[in-house]
Amino acid sequence: MSTGIGARVKRKEDKRFITGKGKYTDDIRMENQAYAAFVRSPHAHAMVKGIDKSAALAMDGVIDVLDGHQLTGDGIGNLICGWAITSRDGSPMNMGAWSALATDKVRYVGDSVAVVIAESQAIARQAAEMVIVDYDELSAAVFADKALESDAPQVHDNAPGNLIFDWIIGEEEATNDALASSAHVIDVDLTNNRLSPNPMEPRAAVATFDEAEDHYTLYTTSQNPHVARLVLSAFYQVAPEHKLRVIAPDVGGGFGSKIYIYPEEITCLWASMKTQRSVKWTGDRSEAFMTDAHGRDHISNVKLGFDANHKITGLKVETIANLGAYMSLFSSVTPTYLHATLYSGQYVIPNIFGNVKAVYTNTVPVDAYRGAGRPEACYMIERVMEVAARQLGVDPAELRRKNFINEFPYQTPVILTYDAGDFDGNLDKAKAAADVAGFAARKAEAASRGKLRGLGYSCYIEACGIAPSAAVGSLGSGVGLWESAEVRVNPVGTIEVLTGSHSHGQGHETTFCQIVSERFGVPIENVSIVHGDTDKVQFGMGTYGSRSGAVGMSAIVKAMDKVEAKVKKIAAHQLEASEDDIVIEGGEVMVKGTDKKLAWHEIGLAAYTAHNLPPNMEPGLKEGAFYDPSNFTFPAGCYIAEVEVDPQTGVTEIVQFTAADDFGTIINPMIVEGQVHGGVAQGIGQAMLEEVVYDDDGQLITGSYMDYAMPRADDLPFYTIEHNTTVCPSNPLGIKGCGEAGAIGAPPAVINAITDAIGTDELSMPATPQKVWMAIQANAVPQAAE
Amino acid sequence: MYQATYHKPSSVDAAAAAIAGSEDGTFLAGGQTLLPTMKQHLAAPSDLIDLRGVGLSGITVDGSTVTVGATTTHAEVANSAALASACPGLAKLAGGIGDPAVRHMGTIGGSIANNDPAADYPSAVLALGATIITNTREIAADEFFTGMFSTALDEGEIITAVRFEAPESSAYAKFPNPASRYAMTGVFVAKTGSGVRVAVTGAGSDGVFRHAEMEVALASSWSASALDDLDVSEDGLLSDIHASAAYRANLIKVMAQRAVAAAG
Amino acid sequence: MTQGNNTQVSMIVNGKAVTRDVPDTTLLSEFLREELRLTGTHVGCDTSQCGACVVHLDGKSVKACTSLAVAHSGSDVTTIEGIASGGQLHPMQEAFNEHHGLQCGFCTTGMIMTGIDMVNRYQAEGKALTSEAILQELEGNICRCTGYHNIVKAIEDAAARMGGRSADMAVAAE
Repeated sequence: MSTGIGARVKRKEDKRFITGKGKYTDDIRMENQAYAAFVRSPHAHAMVKGIDKSAALAMDGVIDVLDGHQLTGDGIGNLICGWAITSRDGSPMNMGAWSALATDKVRYVGDSVAVVIAESQAIARQAAEMVIVDYDELSAAVFADKALESDAPQVHDNAPGNLIFDWIIGEEEATNDALASSAHVIDVDLTNNRLSPNPMEPRAAVATFDEAEDHYTLYTTSQNPHVARLVLSAFYQVAPEHKLRVIAPDVGGGFGSKIYIYPEEITCLWASMKTQRSVKWTGDRSEAFMTDAHGRDHISNVKLGFDANHKITGLKVETIANLGAYMSLFSSVTPTYLHATLYSGQYVIPNIFGNVKAVYTNTVPVDAYRGAGRPEACYMIERVMEVAARQLGVDPAELRRKNFINEFPYQTPVILTYDAGDFDGNLDKAKAAADVAGFAARKAEAASRGKLRGLGYSCYIEACGIAPSAAVGSLGSGVGLWESAEVRVNPVGTIEVLTGSHSHGQGHETTFCQIVSERFGVPIENVSIVHGDTDKVQFGMGTYGSRSGAVGMSAIVKAMDKVEAKVKKIAAHQLEASEDDIVIEGGEVMVKGTDKKLAWHEIGLAAYTAHNLPPNMEPGLKEGAFYDPSNFTFPAGCYIAEVEVDPQTGVTEIVQFTAADDFGTIINPMIVEGQVHGGVAQGIGQAMLEEVVYDDDGQLITGSYMDYAMPRADDLPFYTIEHNTTVCPSNPLGIKGCGEAGAIGAPPAVINAITDAIGTDELSMPATPQKVWMAIQANAVPQAAE
Repeated sequence: MYQATYHKPSSVDAAAAAIAGSEDGTFLAGGQTLLPTMKQHLAAPSDLIDLRGVGLSGITVDGSTVTVGATTTHAEVANSAALASACPGLAKLAGGIGDPAVRHMGTIGGSIANNDPAADYPSAVLALGATIITNTREIAADEFFTGMFSTALDEGEIITAVRFEAPESSAYAKFPNPASRYAMTGVFVAKTGSGVRVAVTGAGSDGVFRHAEMEVALASSWSASALDDLDVSEDGLLSDIHASAAYRANLIKVMAQRAVAAAG
Repeated sequence: MTQGNNTQVSMIVNGKAVTRDVPDTTLLSEFLREELRLTGTHVGCDTSQCGACVVHLDGKSVKACTSLAVAHSGSDVTTIEGIASGGQLHPMQEAFNEHHGLQCGFCTTGMIMTGIDMVNRYQAEGKALTSEAILQELEGNICRCTGYHNIVKAIEDAAARMGGRSADMAVAAE
């Protein structure tokens, strides 16, 4: 069976997971390990007048209680946002200070003011309750729109009116003119609900300070250990990079929430130095709800203009984005360059203007969560297109088709240049697979059972593998967005690939091996992947934004190019042939058209014995590459949801979900389909179940699985998946990216289907049974009066 | 969780003595509610008196009289062949509590003693007009449930069994909370020789309650359509982020109709 | 806050007798993870809903995070580390790999233990384990990665393999 590109290779990493031998951060136990528990604010907004540690310190087993004044006193720096956004008036964004342990003020429920270090987790947690913090409670700004009102409480002094930035994209005047002269303008208000990412493994950290070496080691639940080290060193001043090793071992899911470097990791590192103990912190689910960066939380108005022929004339979007109490690492780019650059969707839209106001509130910081900005854009475009079709009285698929971009490259009015795609083809495949032609009959049959059946489309496009570094730098990024790889061919011919990508469920240990196995004809079991450790891998930008395939694997390809060149030189030398005539095939290195050849392992051995290498060639066979893509990649597709609503209860069942995706080259269809399943499941979760709810005082109401509805097996459909491939011209493998598509494309398909079923567009996410039932009731009233 | 001392008495009397001798002890029956509560530091009993060793487990059907021992697990109730014929509505209810792992641990006595407003069992106990047998007395279901998380049990009193007469027909229809999967509204309907009883859980701000109007309507006609014209009042119903009182009122009616239809 | 008690807890875990002196409030999950260092049993929530901690207690699935170790002294416990025998993976483990029923692996151990329990129960009762039934049976296990599609396929397939295996064993026993 093939193990190369396109093969459904079973995952190599599975064995340790299915036998319980995975090593997650909480599974790590250090000698002399102590436990941290955080003293967290019960108030959304309060001044900290004083901290009385005496009762906690007096408890048996308590090693120390440390506070924010000690932390800042030791020179630990504030947490920062890594992407600078400039407001429309040219002013820089207003970033408030964020100390890992609050000193004078707490800004959300869960903000930590002190940490207890104790001999056991139970003691640490009990002692944390014994730390008495004297708070002077302030009124809280909880909701983004209200936080902008003139009398709203101020979250940070240096962000007047709680406004972080007021950013624009596109042409305002031209867009206003286009809308003013349009035959039809569709105007909708949309809310993108606030979500909690909820990887199943809660965050954790184990920090160890080695005094003799003046060196720190941090095991942590990170999607990007090198970025963590960089930030911990350069900004938080914990230790210089060569004195800090960050290891992200097996990580139980991330979805964006484990990109960021949180106060807990910083505090554990610092506390390990203060207490001269290894310090472990393992968050529980309640802490995850209270401290893991939330996602989405946009309020938007969307206006879409059409001419008399139903061609789009212009799009205007005004959005308020809630960034929570502090600016998390990528919080500023998520509602701007990862969001508004996708306003064109799959459509030719001559005029686009967007305005995003980012706002501080007394809530958990909000940052990138699977899809990051693109689900918000897709939801707007695909909802307003569906509403437009209904208001214009035309078929929603045909309205989309009429406005599709079908020539590439296509320069949108909002920065991006789409490089390839086949939007008609995606729609055709999805419609065929979903049997849209048979929908009317299915709807009638459902009606005979008292059920309301609806069908909804979503033609999504997203941009991932964000790049090139120079371009993102010019837009404000504090980091480059390349990836690195090193390919080590050992003397026996086995291969280790060191990658800066990090797998926390994506299957890199399999797919990355596949491209190496295919390229060199080496059995896949002779290839292994090394990742997640800053001492082993030179550098890496990590895994998020669907970048590991398009960027991470491309870096491996570039390193393999160099290996291949050297292999050919060695073979040409030993076989006395021209380099140009050397081919690598089936594990052999041969001279084209002859029977002269060397086995792959013989080349490895030759490179390391160095007995017979070309003149001046260095021994060894190990090459590295840093790959910086020339463009984003643009996965796109068409999703069709078909639902049945029980009008008596509002319960919605997704009876069919069809995805036709264009991900470019697919390395392992099994893994790609798994990514689509999971992404769509999260999209359905957003559409129908999930919402973080705060009360007016900023108390988190949805603080556990008792109140935050996670999608369970019986909430979800089985999926029908189609692929429609156009190869990405911007990277050597032709890969696009598949990790986020489902979460981006699914929500509007689901809401479009439910609103189709119930006959009203007055429905917001999550479309819970109660909301659907209420929408049906509200819609029924005027009809009854007629 | 906070520290506590565990006891596993082997008789009801020893259990009663253990709780009496504790500073602030509590009974542990299955622990599926108590332990999460303790983990979150919302409960801090000094002592845990485990009732699973005192011999209160098992189901007996004697003629039409059904007795379910207090520490019988939900899984045992769900899978009981005797109950499947005597009172399938109760077996089905038990098979829908929590999840399979919870059903292997959770017990009927623990559930009704806790009287969580979103628990399933209280509706059955009330609708079946069951008798709660304790180590000191017998309490009619109508007297037992006295409000949210509150019962007629005295301090230290131990439920030993639940007894009821098998109904002619019964069923439970549950609308689960989308997040917790506890009952957001659950309705148990039971028809016996002496009439019809309808009990609602998950919806009342005072915990489980009987619905008199439905009982009257169903007594005159045991059919889902008998409830068609009935308007369920929102008064006294819970309202929270998951469901308003109006929505719960609607669910009460719909679940009641579905329960009657299922009961046949 | 009161002073708690320590008790000697003895169990058979994965076929091996173990004894530890632990505080009475030690959860079975803590006993397995911290005392026995069997870290395949995971803890993903604090409200007993995620199911990452599911183990078999005297042959039945339970949530180890919602059970006290001391209450089950004398019991027979099987964890994810104990289901493969003699280097041969359990059919449920094989099926999860075969059908890509896992991604990050964190919920997987609980999923596998729940899957085995449901197949055992259905087969013991002679009931068909349909995909619809599997969806219902998974109510107490949350996965954030897979969308459950492949988990259900894996359990369906494993059920067939497990049924096959017991049939073979029955034949062999004759």
